[in-house]
Amino acid sequence: MAINHATVVGPKVRGLFLAFVLVVGVNLAGRTLEPPDLRTLGPSRIISLVPAVTEMLFAIGAGNEVVGVSSYDTFPPEVTSKARVGALIDPDVERILSLKPDLVVVYNSQTELMTRLDRVRIPTFRYEHAGLADITSTIRSLGQRLERGAQAEAVASRIERDLEAIRRSVAGKRRPRIALLFEREPGTLRNIYASGGIGFMHDMLETAGGEDVFADIKRQSVQATAELLLTRAPDIIIEVHTFDRWPEDRIARERAVWKALPSLPAVRSGRIYLLQDERLAIPGPRVAEAVKLLADILHPAGQPDYQANSRAILAGTSPLSKDSVKKRSSAALPRLP
Amino acid sequence: MTSPMRRGVPIVAACFGAMVVAVVASPFIGSTSLGFSRVFSTTIPFADNVDAQIFFVARLPRALAAALVGGTLAAAGVVFQGLLRNPLATPYTLGVSAGASLGAMVAITFGSAWAIGGVATASLAGAFLAVAIVYALAAARHRGLSTTVMLLAGVTLNAFFSALILFVQYVSDFAQTYRALRWLMGDLDVASYEPILYALPLVGVAFAGFAWLARPLNLMSAGIDAAATRGVEVERVQRGAFFAASLATGAAVSVGGPIGFVGIIVPHLVRLLVGADHRLVLPASTFFGAAFLVACDALARTVIAPIELPVGIITAVIGGPFFLWLLITRR
Repeated sequence: MAINHATVVGPKVRGLFLAFVLVVGVNLAGRTLEPPDLRTLGPSRIISLVPAVTEMLFAIGAGNEVVGVSSYDTFPPEVTSKARVGALIDPDVERILSLKPDLVVVYNSQTELMTRLDRVRIPTFRYEHAGLADITSTIRSLGQRLERGAQAEAVASRIERDLEAIRRSVAGKRRPRIALLFEREPGTLRNIYASGGIGFMHDMLETAGGEDVFADIKRQSVQATAELLLTRAPDIIIEVHTFDRWPEDRIARERAVWKALPSLPAVRSGRIYLLQDERLAIPGPRVAEAVKLLADILHPAGQPDYQANSRAILAGTSPLSKDSVKKRSSAALPRLP
Repeated sequence: MTSPMRRGVPIVAACFGAMVVAVVASPFIGSTSLGFSRVFSTTIPFADNVDAQIFFVARLPRALAAALVGGTLAAAGVVFQGLLRNPLATPYTLGVSAGASLGAMVAITFGSAWAIGGVATASLAGAFLAVAIVYALAAARHRGLSTTVMLLAGVTLNAFFSALILFVQYVSDFAQTYRALRWLMGDLDVASYEPILYALPLVGVAFAGFAWLARPLNLMSAGIDAAATRGVEVERVQRGAFFAASLATGAAVSVGGPIGFVGIIVPHLVRLLVGADHRLVLPASTFFGAAFLVACDALARTVIAPIELPVGIITAVIGGPFFLWLLITRR
């Protein structure tokens, strides 16, 4: 899930690397960063350090050429047979070198890794994701680099077609106000982090026909306190759980935590969803599936046949009962005026 | 009544007043302005009353948590400084917060399947572990307690636990590392009364201990031997001070994370105002610490609203220069 976290902690990690560049990168000035690639055929030993890139490589048919993947990769199933070489902030350089790659796909913040790979003349492909549109452009340029332009074009244009279809299907519908959360301390309403007004998750939400309640906060991640949520009053709360695979009763317990804020429209209508699905956190070729998943939640009448095929656990179809909300609201004021 | 006492009591009362004003006023300050009549309206049902929910669910628990944590850390700081007879001592000197942090890190990283309240409970457990280690070391080699061993053990334990914290963070994934880092910055947005209610009994026990400690700590400040000749059971006092202050610190950290600076600035500031008598310093520090942290937290959530600043940053940024200014201007 490295890329998800890159979107979460991006500025911080990037800041760290920037500091590193200032200290170490000075002696790099003037050197050609990208050694000339004289091969006529595409690279045959590729290493990916980010799940989204691994998925892209497999999607454009370069799966056989992949020799190393990140420690967070789970999809496609073939990755289990590949060597693990660390991830975004902790790439195992020795492991990478020992695999004798002829192309390493690196995220633009991995300055240290780039420096070391440049030193041993291993070619790198660099990319950066700021939003939804970057996914297909990365797929295309990755395809160019791998001499697989046609396959990449097919994958990218299919994603764009699917996204366009979703956009059309939600066009003109009332856009519910959504809080899209990717962190919350279990059992409490503390340490809640939501998607802000920029980035991949925000774009997915808008494409799926929702209005992001934190759209005006131009950051990828916003710490959403109870007060902030009460003032923004989302119609729907969507919690993205990338790694958790909780049983039904645990999900019910976690949803019940929200009863502490009974005035939220999402709590009143019971539209609180815990989505245990990694696709929502990987800006890769399955992004259209993820957006569709969101669109189905935001506009349930749209595609009724979809939920049966969904791998996500959809919780939140039953409204929180009125009684329990009332009981909780009086309990929220223990011995106070 | 001695004359420093007479001068000090009004200051203690003023600190108490400041705390009350801070706790009552701060819930009305925030990014959204609340209508007083709407908050306390009896006609609008609570479930429909957004103002009342912001007040009672979001802001009031927060103000109370800040008061509890601030007052407790400041008082614990006073006691640790008295116990170790070292003005640089803080509630975190003897490794309590490092232990608490390690507990919290472990819970955040490995405990996603844990039950409700996992992080707070684990941080409390970590604090107790640190206390037990330091106490065992300080009591082992000497008859009685050696504050020197205590200090060395605490400093070493801090370094050791810090290394373990880094290790746990290294093996955790991005999101967990971020959450862990955020926990270390301190956060008082408790969003319910439960964490406060859990910590209250522990803090109550600790403060009962503090009340008993005020006089013996005064006598000990002139020297251990002098205190012993005047009938102070030095070892008992040291043990009591160590456990009470550690318990207070552990409870406070479990609520708000290791918020820095309150435990060292507030006691010194208060001593500049009321002198060194623990019977004045302890209550005044408690009230002033509470008021100070409530004010810092109000700033933390309004300065760049709707985004929050971690309160630990505010306490250091405000407290540091203010304390230095006070140190220079007041002789």
